[in-house]
Amino acid sequence: MQTKKIINDGNRAVDEMLEGVLAAHPRHLRSADGSPRSIIARDGPRAGKVGLVIGGGSGHEPTFLGFVGKGLADAAAIGNVFASPPPDPILECAKAVSGGAGVLFMYGNYAGDVMNFDMAAEMAAMDDIEVRTVLTTDDVASAPRDQRDRRRGVAGNFFVFKAAGAACDLMLSLDECERIARKANDHTFTMGVALSPCSLPQTRRPNFDIGTDEMEIGMGIHGEPGIARGKLRTADEIADEMLDKILAEMAPRHGDKVAVLVNSLGSTPLMELYIMNRRVMQRLDAIGVSVHATWVGNYCTSLEMAGASVTLFHLDDELQTMLDHPCECAMFRAG
Amino acid sequence: MTGIGTADLKKMFDAIAAAIEADRDRLCQLDGVIGDADHGIAMALGFNAVRDALAPLDLSAIEPTALLNMAAKSFLNAVGASSGPLYATAFMRAAAAVKGKATLTDAEFVALFQAMAQGIKDRGKAELGEKTMVDAWQPATEAAAATHAAGKPLAESLQAALAAAERGAEATKDMVAAKGRSSRLGERSLGHIDPGAASAVTVIGAMVKSLG
Repeated sequence: MQTKKIINDGNRAVDEMLEGVLAAHPRHLRSADGSPRSIIARDGPRAGKVGLVIGGGSGHEPTFLGFVGKGLADAAAIGNVFASPPPDPILECAKAVSGGAGVLFMYGNYAGDVMNFDMAAEMAAMDDIEVRTVLTTDDVASAPRDQRDRRRGVAGNFFVFKAAGAACDLMLSLDECERIARKANDHTFTMGVALSPCSLPQTRRPNFDIGTDEMEIGMGIHGEPGIARGKLRTADEIADEMLDKILAEMAPRHGDKVAVLVNSLGSTPLMELYIMNRRVMQRLDAIGVSVHATWVGNYCTSLEMAGASVTLFHLDDELQTMLDHPCECAMFRAG
Repeated sequence: MTGIGTADLKKMFDAIAAAIEADRDRLCQLDGVIGDADHGIAMALGFNAVRDALAPLDLSAIEPTALLNMAAKSFLNAVGASSGPLYATAFMRAAAAVKGKATLTDAEFVALFQAMAQGIKDRGKAELGEKTMVDAWQPATEAAAATHAAGKPLAESLQAALAAAERGAEATKDMVAAKGRSSRLGERSLGHIDPGAASAVTVIGAMVKSLG
């Protein structure tokens, strides 16, 4: 049986979405000439500034295109649903945002994205654009702690991109922007839980099977299996399991500060996210960690998947400055 | 046969596109078990784009290298994902392997076939036994080369390649994924065939049927 979706043609879904996005946000976004899958900030790219290009598969909105704007990413390269963009649109993004100070590529750590972005970086080098790459690897469920570089990038992208975008907007050097981006990634920890699958517009079939009374802890944002499947538990129990894992790695000290993101994977409503956030605050309170800022809602989705993720961003003075730096994007504003 | 020309290569790509399209949903289902369920979509998109890019070509006016490079570019730009760079690199290496030839002898086609597998290996930085499409491609091209070296005709070399690809893909069931998205699963990837290896069998099967 096919899932229900409000679409016209599964094969046209990404391009029709982009048409709608550009129509809704003409003050913030444009597409590169001749490259409709390269979404460029109207305000942001400028001479002497490191250009920040993010990107990846579609289906995670508002990631990635919603974070394009002044103070955050200068461009996003858009792939098919859950599939990396090919090198060409990535290269067009790099060209459009290059201000002579280098370009930073940032995206989640997936084999396909790495191959396509690396090919684009090689092509950009031939055009005399220096490209550095910082992969996001915030998903603590996706590999053991001693193999952080094998982990996936998930909702914590939000904090890592935000910090890097601020560094770029402050006209820091490519070396500094890269350093801050890596540090932000090292300070970001995410754990997710999935309750029911999503379906791709082209197949309209659930992308994994899960019992009506089950949940999967640690599932990826493309439905990749997680670390354990079990009976659905309460919001507090789920939040506890996530925080146990995150806090064990983050090892905050009494008096430390964090920023919190409680993110819906698509169809889980704000009510449930806020119930989880309540428990997150209780846990952080109990160990004397203060919350500098909280975001709750749809920030990195997986189409209509039900489920949520919790991300903690472990702040120091520098990262807090980057987080508080103003940004003005089509789907996100701060400061 | 007087050698494999551009018309034969185009026919081969058409055959691959048809075979992958017919296999699309099965490949998505295999990928849904240990990945993100889009492998069949990506492969169908890619080979349909190749078919469409080659359709208007004047086949008498171009050489195999140009046709293969066009296949690479159209596949890559339609797909992205992992399969885009992997198959695009395969076709670019194939193009380089037959540069300057108007038609290909059996030996030259076997060399082209080997160049494809080497391109996939190099781009994906994968080795045998890591539960990827390399586990189908590498034994297939080795079997083709060995059969050809034993003096057998191309059809027989390709049949040997297909049999080896099938065995290789089947063997991925007993492997723990070391590359790609399923590598995060560890032991949980055991017992499931790798979708990239499964689609490699479909691709090679269509090549064999078309050229054999």
